[in-house]
Amino acid sequence: MDAIILARAQFAFTVSFHFLFPAFSIGLASYLAVLEALWLKTGKGVYANLFRYWLKIFAVVFAMGVVSGIVMSYQFGTNWSVFSDKAGPVIGPLMAYEVLTAFFLEAGFLGVMLFGINKVGRKLHFVATLAVALGTFISAFWILSVNSWMQTPVGYEVGANGQFLPGPSWLTIIFNPSFPYRLFHTVLAAYLTTAFIVGAVGGWHLLKDRTNPGARKMFSMAMWMAALVAPIQIFAGDMHGLNTLKHQPVKVMAMEGHFQSHPHGAPLILFGIPNSAEQRVYYAIEIPKASSLILKHELDAPLSGLDTVPPADRPPVGIVFWAFRVMVGIGFAMLGIGILSLIARWRKALYDWPLLHRFAVLMGPSGLIAVLSGWIVTEVGRQPFTIYGLLRTAQSASPLDAPAVASSLLAFVVVYFAVFGMGIWYLLQLMKKPPEAHEPPPSDAPIRSAGITPAPAIIEGASS
Amino acid sequence: MIDLTVIWACIIGFAIIAYVVMDGFDLGIGILFPFFKVGQDRDTAMNSIAPVWDGNETWLVMGVGGLFAAFPLAYAIILPALYAPMIAMLLGLVFRGVAFEFRWRDPAHRAFWDKAFTTGSVVATFAQGIALGALLQGITVEGRSYAGGWWEWLSPFSLLTGVGLLVGYALLGACWLNWKTEGGLRRQTVTYAGRLGIGLLIMIGVISLATLRLETQYFQRWLSFPGVVATAQVPLATLVVTFLFYRSLRLKRDAQPFFWALALFGLCLVGLGVSIWPDVVPARVTIWEAAAPVRSQLFMLVGASIMVPVILAYTAWSYWVFRGKVGIEGYH
Ligand code: HDD
Ligand code: HEM
Ligand code: HEM
Repeated sequence: MDAIILARAQFAFTVSFHFLFPAFSIGLASYLAVLEALWLKTGKGVYANLFRYWLKIFAVVFAMGVVSGIVMSYQFGTNWSVFSDKAGPVIGPLMAYEVLTAFFLEAGFLGVMLFGINKVGRKLHFVATLAVALGTFISAFWILSVNSWMQTPVGYEVGANGQFLPGPSWLTIIFNPSFPYRLFHTVLAAYLTTAFIVGAVGGWHLLKDRTNPGARKMFSMAMWMAALVAPIQIFAGDMHGLNTLKHQPVKVMAMEGHFQSHPHGAPLILFGIPNSAEQRVYYAIEIPKASSLILKHELDAPLSGLDTVPPADRPPVGIVFWAFRVMVGIGFAMLGIGILSLIARWRKALYDWPLLHRFAVLMGPSGLIAVLSGWIVTEVGRQPFTIYGLLRTAQSASPLDAPAVASSLLAFVVVYFAVFGMGIWYLLQLMKKPPEAHEPPPSDAPIRSAGITPAPAIIEGASS
Repeated sequence: MIDLTVIWACIIGFAIIAYVVMDGFDLGIGILFPFFKVGQDRDTAMNSIAPVWDGNETWLVMGVGGLFAAFPLAYAIILPALYAPMIAMLLGLVFRGVAFEFRWRDPAHRAFWDKAFTTGSVVATFAQGIALGALLQGITVEGRSYAGGWWEWLSPFSLLTGVGLLVGYALLGACWLNWKTEGGLRRQTVTYAGRLGIGLLIMIGVISLATLRLETQYFQRWLSFPGVVATAQVPLATLVVTFLFYRSLRLKRDAQPFFWALALFGLCLVGLGVSIWPDVVPARVTIWEAAAPVRSQLFMLVGASIMVPVILAYTAWSYWVFRGKVGIEGYH
């Protein structure tokens, strides 16, 4: 294998692992802020207990997000040095803003959020929680701006030495054409990811004990999110796709599996097995003209296919096609559970419908899978370019020897599966415990408590 | 006229100093960890840094992110050149970063995560030291990219700087615990601090002499007249600081030894600056050759001049919240 394939595999592997954690922690940070706000407002113990329950989980997820993220900020240089040299003047400052406005904010207030409630009091502690939640959002803002610029580059000039240089307006660069769609869709994705994990944990504990107040509360909150946000997400995804059609039509051809052009209305291929070598989709199940209807809002609208694109500029179709269907399928399953939950509420059976609870448990990891699939659509669909239409992936890589990249890839795979595998197992252990009426704070470890518990401020009113 | 490139070189220099000041001691605690008694002592040592390690490590991201943004060419040359040590450092940071949480979550495997904490800290520190040495001894550059092999970083000199940094961070860790703890643990760390201080002085001496032989540029900077009058102040100041360090240790001061140890590090960085200024890839690429265009630098400068003071303010606040000795009765 050549160094480029290995470098791509390494980047895809490390960034996919990294993104699993932020996808969860962006949503969870906001959920914690909501729980703490509700607690401050109502004084009800159930919120305080839920807050502490999820705070312990947050601490573990966040630690994994941070360490895998630090790896990412070096990956651009170690594996994609030519890309970094060329694109650095444009995307470097955006990433620097991410460090300045987001990472420090999260990290600076995390300590107080985790260990500080008895030292700073409730109000200031709430401020710390808000700061962390805001930090996770700002982080997504900048990094998605960077990614979107690579998808839809605008506002740049090309220097004499081949570098991309910023044009007169930074706003044009930051708010590049795909950015608003990507930001909205990804942040909603993070909320859904969290909602479905919370819902699965709630459902699991309801299956064991329908009366547990914490389990009831979290299940109900998660189901509201599913019912309200899933439809918005589908709508947002549709808008995102239309925008992609405008700026990266080739990616949409791959998503739809359209090898041939359709001058009189293109079919929507529901399932099939795309074969890039033969340029056709085997065993296709299609709805005639539906693709034109969705993408152009007109049955007979012409749609070009990959036959209009030089072979050297085509992305791999199979992966994009399938990843897209996984994401969309999950989106509709999420909508389905949201609707079921509304029916259950209407019949006053939200907590007494084991089938619904089982379904929720099953859907626990669905957000994570959808998020990964969505990114695969986005990134593989951009191929063979790193900066769409301008810089090829093959011309972006570092001058490295294949054995060097191969050994580091191997090291990442082994370490990530071992370390994050353990971490995920700890998360499952934490989630397996039911939320209790006197949920211990994260400092339940024997000695940590020497400095930090007993926790008078938080214990008051914490019996639900 | 103010030169933006120089300002950015200073900001990145500042980020590196901030990183060494803040993460040095928490890596140092990882290095010393196996020497602490299992149980109370280890838990206290860990607790003294648990609320702040993440913020500390962010300066590393700031340093590398700033380099990417302000000097993209240097970022693109340095990281492939230091490929193996950088990957090793990242993996080390993974292990030690998760150990903070995992050791509490899993008492049955606490011994394992304690080992991971130490190994990760040692590997990360050693790799940083090696990286510094490899840069100082010079890397092969052709055109706009690195042109050496993937073992070029390995040399007796880079191993020496690696060991030097281990000793240095361990010293900072010992001084931090002297400040933040009491009782047996504190007595233990005072002893360590005394010994590590001597070790660090020896390392500084050896590395300084070895550096002079690496490039004629370094030799001339330090030893040709009249520059030598100015540069000689650095070793002199090192001696004075060493004296003050040992005095504060003998007088059983809490915080002072830590700050004197930091001052020693500061002097090393000043020395480094004397050797390499104004290069960003030592003796190969100057800051002006690697600089991003004015538009990039200016845009970031706006952000940095607003945000860095704010960051320093809330970082200081969070240290203040967790001030005092750790894990002892009456701590609140
Ligand atoms: C919970 C997660 C989730 C769910 C349920 C969906 N998506 Fe999605 N999707 C993402 C999470 C995501 C993502 C991870 O956030 C992506 C990757 C990059 C991006 O911009 O968002 C994404 C990308 C993405 C793209 C690629 C855009 C591009 O690369 O230019 C399209 C066209 C859609 N989505 C469309 C949809 C549709 C029509 C959905 C509903 C049926 C849907 N998504 C559900
Ligand atoms: C938002 C920040 C991101 C940026 C700036 C970014 C940038 C890049 C770069 C530079 C590459 C390497 C070149 C290439 O092979 O295309 C890449 C590839 C890839 N990325 Fe991303 N990425 C980001 C987020 C993500 C996330 C969150 C995921 C997944 C969860 C992801 C999945 C992938 C995959 C699967 C590839 C491999 C594509 C291929 O080589 O065929 N990316 N991306
Ligand atoms: C290749 C692209 C990426 C790079 C270089 C990167 C870099 C980093 C770094 C360095 C950290 C650690 C910050 C710290 O020290 O506190 C981090 C954490 C984080 N990143 Fe990424 N990241 C990338 C992709 C993404 C994407 C696509 C998102 C979200 C949409 C994201 C969201 C976050 C969040 C929210 C955190 C905080 C930790 C956590 O919540 O788990 N990152 N990232």
